[in-house]
Amino acid sequence: MFVYADNAATTAVSKKVVDAMLPYFTEVYGNPSSLYSVGQKAKEVLEEAREKVAKILGAKPREIYFTSGGSEADNQAIISAARAGAKKGKKHIISSKFEHHAVLHTLEALEKEGFEITLVDVHSNGVVDPKEIEDAIREDTALVTIMYANNEIGTIQPIAEIGKICREKKVWFHTDAVQAISHVHINVEEQNIDMLSISAHKFHGPKGVGVLYAKGGIPLTNVINGGAQERGKRAGTENLAGIVGLAVALEDAVAHIDENNEKLSKLQDRLIEGLSKIPYSELNGDRHARVTSNVNFCFEGIEGESLLLLLDDKGVAVSSGSACTSGSLDPSHVLLAIGRPHEVAHGSLRISLGEDATEEQVDYIVNAVTEVVEYLRGFSPFWGDLVSGKRPHVFEEHAQIA
Amino acid sequence: MALYSEKVMDHFRNPRNVGVIEDADGVGEVGNPVCGDIMKIYLKINDEQVIDDVKFETFGCGSAIASSSMATELIKGKPLDEALQLTNKAVTEALDGLPPHKLHCSVLAEEAIKSAVKNYYDNNGIEYDPADFPEEHDCEACHL
Repeated sequence: MFVYADNAATTAVSKKVVDAMLPYFTEVYGNPSSLYSVGQKAKEVLEEAREKVAKILGAKPREIYFTSGGSEADNQAIISAARAGAKKGKKHIISSKFEHHAVLHTLEALEKEGFEITLVDVHSNGVVDPKEIEDAIREDTALVTIMYANNEIGTIQPIAEIGKICREKKVWFHTDAVQAISHVHINVEEQNIDMLSISAHKFHGPKGVGVLYAKGGIPLTNVINGGAQERGKRAGTENLAGIVGLAVALEDAVAHIDENNEKLSKLQDRLIEGLSKIPYSELNGDRHARVTSNVNFCFEGIEGESLLLLLDDKGVAVSSGSACTSGSLDPSHVLLAIGRPHEVAHGSLRISLGEDATEEQVDYIVNAVTEVVEYLRGFSPFWGDLVSGKRPHVFEEHAQIA
Repeated sequence: MALYSEKVMDHFRNPRNVGVIEDADGVGEVGNPVCGDIMKIYLKINDEQVIDDVKFETFGCGSAIASSSMATELIKGKPLDEALQLTNKAVTEALDGLPPHKLHCSVLAEEAIKSAVKNYYDNNGIEYDPADFPEEHDCEACHL
């Protein structure tokens, strides 16, 4: 059996999306900036896609900027707010400890320029407390940026509430909604969102295309300089096929949110229940405030990379937050932020189901993970020390799920 | 190119000499759980100072398991002084290379073997030059 269960990393492009994109490679291939017909037709299609996206998000078309993806959108949102804030002497930005690196690394760069960054706690359940945001806001706060749903543990943040606080305090509010858009109903107007980032490849669209929504009146700073595309705020010939793909994929994803959530939440229950039977394991992140596709566990006594490589041999594609898979020497900053000790964070596993997942696949994953964890524990001296009592367990024998 | 060579994947999937030697003559353990890898080596040594048997237990990533497996292969049946000459470079080469950020796994394997031999010498009152057994490298990797 092959089970692709890493949909938080990327998704397969749907047939419908591919079909919708194809004409824009070979038929309507004109440059939207060109004045002849095949260019103007492309321009028309571009604006139709913009209108479609705007309508879905509850925004105006002129507030939609197409980018190369979520990272670019995050960068531009934060840099724009920082530059506009600095002009008024506002050089303080609030975010959280477990944001995506597209946000955290942009903030680190700004910190080196003299900005002050406050990262609020995300607590053991992986959810930000809006009260802590309110308390952190100062006279000189230029921006609050909090992700809508976490990419590793899937926890959903109280975005509308945070947005309301920011509106009242007259501070711009950005949310990285890359992991949330296909699982949660989002309306920028109703949820008090000033800026938002999404990326097509997370919802069966193509890679390399995303959206930055920026509320009218927010002065954007260019991250890419050049031509006058995207109302002068994002240079470069538009990725028309990609943009069409994004719009079609977004429309499709959003139309099926409730249906998919209903189906996925049952599979999520089954997966959590099955994995909880593995002794000394625990679910990462809140049991309920999480996207229905995400299950993330830590297993004591094993290391995540070897776990995922052996799962790959069994046809299960998943990811881990261990240091060895993060490409850095530390395990996932997300797991550390929710208070997991290093030695436990190394033994993490993220499963992100697709909408087409089945009960059989879930059972297959549970069996495969159970087998591999047991096998690796069988020759892990760390596990041996836990069993003999030489080192203390972090978890209870039976998973504690709130 | 894949992350790991075929040799690494083979030793990771089918590790040689996995397990415990209950009446081992020397046992060495290096690494720690915070860094994400621990290697433990068990040696059975005969009167001729030859490694009759070797087993390992490893907590760690694919390359840590493969490095342990390869290192045990390389010293099994070898005289102790020869086993002590095993370098992390030799382990890495025998595995057809490791990605740069995984080289520390082969260092751990070399250190685990040295630590087990030292334990054997200590257990049996055999004199040795402490310079041959440098302290385990500090775990700068994990900023500990």
